[in-house]
Amino acid sequence: MRIKLTLQNYLFILPALIIFSIFYIYPFYKVFQLGLYEWDGISPVKLFVGLANFKEIIFEDKIWWRSMLNAAYITFIALTFQNTLAFCLALACDREIRLRNFYRTIFFIPPVLSEVVVGLVWQWILDGNYGILNSWLIKLGFPHLVRNWLSDPRTALNCVAIVHSWKGFGWGFLIFLAGLQTIPRELYEAAKVDGADAWQMFRNITIPLMIPVMMLVAILTVLGTMQAFVLIIAMTGGGPAYHTEVPVLRILASMRGSSRFGYACAQGISFGIILVIISFIQYRFSQKARQIY
Amino acid sequence: MNSFFYYNAKKVILNIIIHIFLLSIAATCLFPLIWMIGSSLKTQQTVFRDFSLIPKEMHWENYYLAWKQGGFGRYFLNTIFYTVSVVLGIVFVSSLAAYAFSRFEFVGKNLIFYMFMAAMMIPIPGSFVPLYVLLNKLHLRNTPLGYILCMINVGLSTSIFLLKTFFDKTPRELEDAARIDGCSKLGLWWHVALPLAKPVLAVVVVFNTLNVWNEYVLALIIFDSRQLMPLQVALTTFQGEFITQYPLLMAGLTITAIPVILIYILMQKYIIKGVTQGAIVE
Repeated sequence: MRIKLTLQNYLFILPALIIFSIFYIYPFYKVFQLGLYEWDGISPVKLFVGLANFKEIIFEDKIWWRSMLNAAYITFIALTFQNTLAFCLALACDREIRLRNFYRTIFFIPPVLSEVVVGLVWQWILDGNYGILNSWLIKLGFPHLVRNWLSDPRTALNCVAIVHSWKGFGWGFLIFLAGLQTIPRELYEAAKVDGADAWQMFRNITIPLMIPVMMLVAILTVLGTMQAFVLIIAMTGGGPAYHTEVPVLRILASMRGSSRFGYACAQGISFGIILVIISFIQYRFSQKARQIY
Repeated sequence: MNSFFYYNAKKVILNIIIHIFLLSIAATCLFPLIWMIGSSLKTQQTVFRDFSLIPKEMHWENYYLAWKQGGFGRYFLNTIFYTVSVVLGIVFVSSLAAYAFSRFEFVGKNLIFYMFMAAMMIPIPGSFVPLYVLLNKLHLRNTPLGYILCMINVGLSTSIFLLKTFFDKTPRELEDAARIDGCSKLGLWWHVALPLAKPVLAVVVVFNTLNVWNEYVLALIIFDSRQLMPLQVALTTFQGEFITQYPLLMAGLTITAIPVILIYILMQKYIIKGVTQGAIVE
């Protein structure tokens, strides 16, 4: 009877466990195994090469490190420009202001759209010959600014970073707004009675209480932006000449372009380790910041 | 009296500045969408010259052409099929598991639960490579079933987490009453727990719907045949074919985007709840 009851309990988690084992645990193990092989994905023979793939990534793959730098650059723009914008918008909407729900609705439209749709529409807006941005620049009297935004090496990466921020700021905005609304209003009223001005209240109440939320948004931004790539497929495909190439695009290219499955897995592992280290550092940093305030 | 007016004037001006700031950002959010829809209603001749947001002549037939000639009808139905199957699968599988994690005792319960939670935290960039190999081995690549199972797995951990947190908070009295009436465990899950969990099920359904609808990379590596592709992959794969028919591409983009925007506007409450809950759980 008891055994039957226990078996019944396991039946409830069995479907989840089976799917999870096949589609998460097995691939997880497989990534580490394949990373040590040279394999084209089809042939029955896999050539064991030890850590050679990792050696090649670290010492020879210049494009890989360049893609890493590009991702870091986009992440930097997202952390500074995108999150500052999100925070300012959240501050503005936290006030007793009309149309608050309207703004909140609109700001979260870009995040719900797919990266493919966003990328293709912006590609069309930024198009060098027929794009509306260039046509406006001419109309407004700045013809010298007209360029092929996405195929000019000087502007391509910045355009991608800005469109990424455009698509992403709604997330930060919603989380910041939720955080601001948990701050008890009495704190501000008490501070006002004590004669504090707006800046002092912002500096001494809002900022310290928002530190944990800011850290959370920062971690989410870094993890999300470093791994972003679909938007880039839709906008530039990594071009011109690797100027907008990012790590996950490289993994995809190793797999589909050069049929080096083992190398693609090794790239995935290296990148995963870097991401884990970054989020660990950020986590420790946020613990420290909490202690200070 | 003077200082009162001064104070009010300052407040009004500040409010105006804030509204200008908010409105200008809102405009940049909406502009690309309006531009997309506007372009989808122009003709191949006017789309490169006419820069008006709302074209004078509306060519609605572009949508018919995109649906039929462009094949977007097919891709649209594929996406709907995948989305519905995956979301039903996730709701079923994850609510069963979450219920067990919340209510029952069994050996290894915590270990298994934390394994699911760890999957939410550990990023495996490029996990599509081993998945491709695996599906090839199982002869599930280029099949709807292979894609659906992969996508169920993608949404599993978060959904189990949301549902378990909810079940933990709901009182057991109702279930106890039902048990006395002779309801089986499965019956308790189906007749008592699931109906009670409607608010959180809505969050699970909405988030996973958006996620599957917008998914790209797994569909890209899994599907070779044109007949099976969902919208997102078809858009990037056949983009080149539309160079001669730009308004049709824009119509295709609109067809892809409108359902998502509708779901978002109708189910906004649950989306905001989901996003902010994640933030507060931390």
